[in-house]
Amino acid sequence: MLVFFREALLSNIVLKGISKSFSGSPAVRSLNLEIEESQFVTLLGPSGCGKTTTLRLIAGLEDPDAGEIFIGGKLIFSREKGVFIPPEKRQLGLIFQSYALWPHMTVYKNISLGLEEQKLPKEEIERRVTTVLEKVQLTPYRDRYPSELSGGQQQRVAIARMIASEPDIFLMDEPLSNLDAMLRVDMRAELKRLHYELGATTVYVTHDQVEALTLSDKIAVMMDGELRQFGSPREIYHYPTDLFVARFVGSPRINTIPGALARQEGKLLFRSAFFEKALQRTFDFEGRDVIATIRPEDIAFSTTPQSGWLEMQVYSVLPAGSETIITVRKDDLPLTIKAPGFADVEMNDHIWIDFDIARMNFYHPQTENLIPAA
Amino acid sequence: MTVQAKPVYRRLNVLKFELTKLRHRPDVLLSLLFLIVFSFLVIVPLLQILKGSLTYQQSDLRMVRGSVQGQLTAYHYLRVFTGRLAQSLFFKPFWHSLIVGFGVTFLAMTLGSLFAWVIVRTDIPFKPLFSVLMVTPYMMPSWVIALAWLTVFKNERIAGAQGMFTAMTGVSAPDWLSYGVVPIIICLGLHYYAYSFLLVSGALWTVNSELEEAAAIAGLNKRKILRKITFPIVIPALGSAFVLTFTRSMGTFGTPALLGLPVRFFTIPTQIYASINTRNNGDGYVLALVLVALAGVAIYINSRVIGKRRSFVTMQGKGFTSKPTRLGVWRYGIVSLMFLFIFIAIVLPVVILAWSTLMRIPGDYSLSNLTLHYWIGKSNFLMASGEEGIFRNPGIWSGAWNSIRLGVFAAVINGVLGLLIGYTVVRNRGSKLANSLEVMSFAPYVFPGIAMGAIYLGMFAKPFGPIPALYGTFALLVLIVVVKNMPFSSRSGISAMLQIDPSLEESARLQGASWLKRFRKIIFPLAATGFISGMLLTFITAMRELSLVILLVTPATRVLTTIIFAYQDQDQIQHANGVTLILLFIIIIANILVSRFYGTKSLFGLRNT
Repeated sequence: MLVFFREALLSNIVLKGISKSFSGSPAVRSLNLEIEESQFVTLLGPSGCGKTTTLRLIAGLEDPDAGEIFIGGKLIFSREKGVFIPPEKRQLGLIFQSYALWPHMTVYKNISLGLEEQKLPKEEIERRVTTVLEKVQLTPYRDRYPSELSGGQQQRVAIARMIASEPDIFLMDEPLSNLDAMLRVDMRAELKRLHYELGATTVYVTHDQVEALTLSDKIAVMMDGELRQFGSPREIYHYPTDLFVARFVGSPRINTIPGALARQEGKLLFRSAFFEKALQRTFDFEGRDVIATIRPEDIAFSTTPQSGWLEMQVYSVLPAGSETIITVRKDDLPLTIKAPGFADVEMNDHIWIDFDIARMNFYHPQTENLIPAA
Repeated sequence: MTVQAKPVYRRLNVLKFELTKLRHRPDVLLSLLFLIVFSFLVIVPLLQILKGSLTYQQSDLRMVRGSVQGQLTAYHYLRVFTGRLAQSLFFKPFWHSLIVGFGVTFLAMTLGSLFAWVIVRTDIPFKPLFSVLMVTPYMMPSWVIALAWLTVFKNERIAGAQGMFTAMTGVSAPDWLSYGVVPIIICLGLHYYAYSFLLVSGALWTVNSELEEAAAIAGLNKRKILRKITFPIVIPALGSAFVLTFTRSMGTFGTPALLGLPVRFFTIPTQIYASINTRNNGDGYVLALVLVALAGVAIYINSRVIGKRRSFVTMQGKGFTSKPTRLGVWRYGIVSLMFLFIFIAIVLPVVILAWSTLMRIPGDYSLSNLTLHYWIGKSNFLMASGEEGIFRNPGIWSGAWNSIRLGVFAAVINGVLGLLIGYTVVRNRGSKLANSLEVMSFAPYVFPGIAMGAIYLGMFAKPFGPIPALYGTFALLVLIVVVKNMPFSSRSGISAMLQIDPSLEESARLQGASWLKRFRKIIFPLAATGFISGMLLTFITAMRELSLVILLVTPATRVLTTIIFAYQDQDQIQHANGVTLILLFIIIIANILVSRFYGTKSLFGLRNT
């Protein structure tokens, strides 16, 4: 096993009030973000949300209109203070969506160019290239040109090129989006292992929420250039701060049920058009309309009647081996249920369902923000 | 919270930030420098023409009583447009230019689009061969065919010697066939069809034949498909071809000079030459402004046309089918016609030129008249006024050396500048710097070569600002050729840069590579093919340049083209034609060398213009 010796450098990233617009239309709006040393942070959001722009701002490939960027406690960008450290001096590594391998150079040259730039001695360059090629299992391909490699191999050359120059920070812009589904899953494991071994602070951009959940220490969910939520995958998944995050993260999509919080005989209830359910928590939102959310896996179902459970008719059944997605309908309300394995349910069957009420969140119907428990 | 600095300091800091940024972008600095120098080389000449046309010149002092040199006057404008001489100074040449312009454009577009359609959309054989041969005339100077024409059709009334036509048939060639509008249109048409051919075949390549098949399924017959589907798609290309061919043939000098001057058939460019040669510089400047204005209008129209054409680019998707039209019985007839055309436009002129150099006495076509004297003979006062044979002639050797030097210098300087401009324009798309660079580098396009030569002659005859007097130096030739070629080299630089994804450079940047290193290791190697073909094109253009340099050369800086023109002027046609062959030979060798090193791509480089 190879060991990469890393100096204990500070490499946290702090963005303060960063704004950027392109010819008048804002891409990032006064963004504040603190990425801690050695963390794997994902910028997640739909296309056009400003996540790639944010990454390019950190890299220095774009300049913010306003705000400050610190790396390792050192100010590297501030228009106001007249500070600008160019990308080539920021000691970052970046993997592009297209990999950006230089087509006219062999794998070896692709990796060694950055090392020559660091004025390393020849033997050291040779040693490092050999080491990283071994690490990404491309040793036999060192004299090939990028066009002679498969997509997955090109991806690994891009990784090798990045880690060879031993940057303090890894930036990755949708690095897996050009790979086929199988390879993508394998590469996720590789990237996570790489981060574990090298411990570099990593900022990862993706629109794939599964990728974000599986890889990250923390996820920053972005929409329209704004940071909507910044937290651990667990927080993001279980306590989305608004309906946008709730809907964007999780597959199949979260269920939303309009209703109201009401108190009856001293008990707090969630009451919708066709069912009501007692809550164990209290909210400072009694007597008002809310939107409730529940994940598909937090709905239990039974093919036989259960007391207190809700009877529904099956609209569609989608078995996928490890799980079955069942959609049911009552009046105009569709619900999605996720059951493990193959479920014994047919179209138009009547089934009985129950909600795991502890997992239910409530949102303000207008602002769409999470209503916190009191 | 950070404490807000005072506004003054804040502004200073923002300035400091911009300066720090600039330090890492030498391309921006270099481009700014280039912009300043180039504006000087383009705008100052334009102002000089304006000034020259609006003030009394030295030569006017004799003609106008009480005039003072440099005094403001409308004298030249009145003289050219309304005066007693207006007919011969302006209206007749202008009329001739229009006839030549429309005639050449009609002939060239007909030939060019027909060939394009036949080669791209039908099932004729030898397609690759034809597409290479069809652009060959473009590599020759436009007046080569004119020289061959003279050799064949000149008559003794005007030239003092008979051409091959008279020698073979015994019939004296009529003047209208020997000189003037008819031969000018034919000779230029056989050269300029290349534009229409390249543009229209480019457009036709993008036509997905599925579009035509869809129309056929919808029930349109073949003629209707051509009219409703195919034709509208090539219209923008035809528009561009029209503007390009028309302005080029209006502004060209060599052919109208060779075929028009002997019978005093003037076009605007040859009239400019005549005016300046007779020291009526003011008149020449006014006429030059007419050509500049015409070119400006043409560019405006062209940009509108190209603006529309963008909407068609989306069709260049890969992997579409293109089903050729079957020509049936016509197939062999058409192929024979195309070979005949190539024979007439390319092979025949060269053969005629070669043959004519072997004739002791022009016009005598007997075998006993053949000689190698004009190639290898020693000076003999009975022949060619004592001129030594071409291979012995130090003047020709030094002219060839000058031509090659001029071509190489221009190619390298234009290539490097074009790449730099392309880089800056593409990387800063939409910025003021990018826009002004693009406009300024294209500006020399409006100058007719002969007019530009006249202005540079005036500008650099004495020290101008910080620049010493350049007249008579080789540097002046290089300078003017570089400036004149900037529109094309910046275009090819831009298109080469557009092919390079910015992330390739950005990843090198994050790896710590400085700008110079990125340019050397990433940008340059990736742009090399476009760069080399652009250089080849500049080399060829510089080698065949006549009108631009004819007023600027001195005996020490003569180039092959001006030597040819001088020999032709003295009616030493063996020498004129022989030197032309040498010029062609050098161009062909250059082309072969480049395509040997860079595959066939160098020929496709011609598509850039």
